[in-house]
Amino acid sequence: MSLHWWHVAASYAVTLATFGALAIGAALRHRAAKRLLATLDPRGERP
Amino acid sequence: MPVLWVSALLVLGVGLAWGLVLSPPDWQQGETVRIMYVHVPMAWLAMGAYTGLAVLSVMSLIWRHPLADLAARELSPVGAAATALCLATGSIWGKPMWGTWWVWDARLTSVLVLFFLWLGHAALVRAFDDAERGARAGAILALVGFVNVPIVKFSVDWWNTLHQPASVMRLDAPGMHVTILYPLLTCALGFSLLFAAVVLARTRAAVMERRVRALQFARARREEGAPA
Repeated sequence: MSLHWWHVAASYAVTLATFGALAIGAALRHRAAKRLLATLDPRGERP
Repeated sequence: MPVLWVSALLVLGVGLAWGLVLSPPDWQQGETVRIMYVHVPMAWLAMGAYTGLAVLSVMSLIWRHPLADLAARELSPVGAAATALCLATGSIWGKPMWGTWWVWDARLTSVLVLFFLWLGHAALVRAFDDAERGARAGAILALVGFVNVPIVKFSVDWWNTLHQPASVMRLDAPGMHVTILYPLLTCALGFSLLFAAVVLARTRAAVMERRVRALQFARARREEGAPA
């Protein structure tokens, strides 16, 4: 693998890792908030 | 939301495969041109999202819209990440092409200022105990900092820079061949959809977290007031 390809690979890796972390973090936070809200929402406590 | 996530991943998958495998190397840059398929979308996102932040700030200051405050608060860390990626990938491209990781030319310096503006906004809105005051301060900073966006865009025209002038967004036809232009536009669309999905998911989570805090507060007050 040439030096140019190493630079290409590094660029794609850092971009995909950052956006992957952002996407997974956002999806997990969204899911956690949704679950917590479902347990706390008074409408859910009604028979 | 799932439609946005799936379409983002599909378009991005096609765009990155096109850019990495199917598009030809450039006659001058060789394989290094493939860095453009991630660097240029990050640069467009950094400027486009900051324009969105300025619009949200106007909505916040004029109409005092609480959703605009929340969306701006959730947008700034993602915008800062896109700008940091623009700087990082540009630096990785610059080493083999320019022979240096960094130069203090007008384009690179103004994008660095944009990065600090994103970080400043993210920090400022979280620095106040009163979230509304933090949102006001952040909105003012975002609007003052918006003057930097046209400086970033036109820096390559106004000053003599090592960074090349605009190749796609210019008045005459784009200055690149379609074999490079089309995968670039596909990657830009894919990253934009992914960016929107991330910001939307963060904003929806923030709205629900606010509702959770309100419910917890109401429950605690009920329990305090209840007879022992």
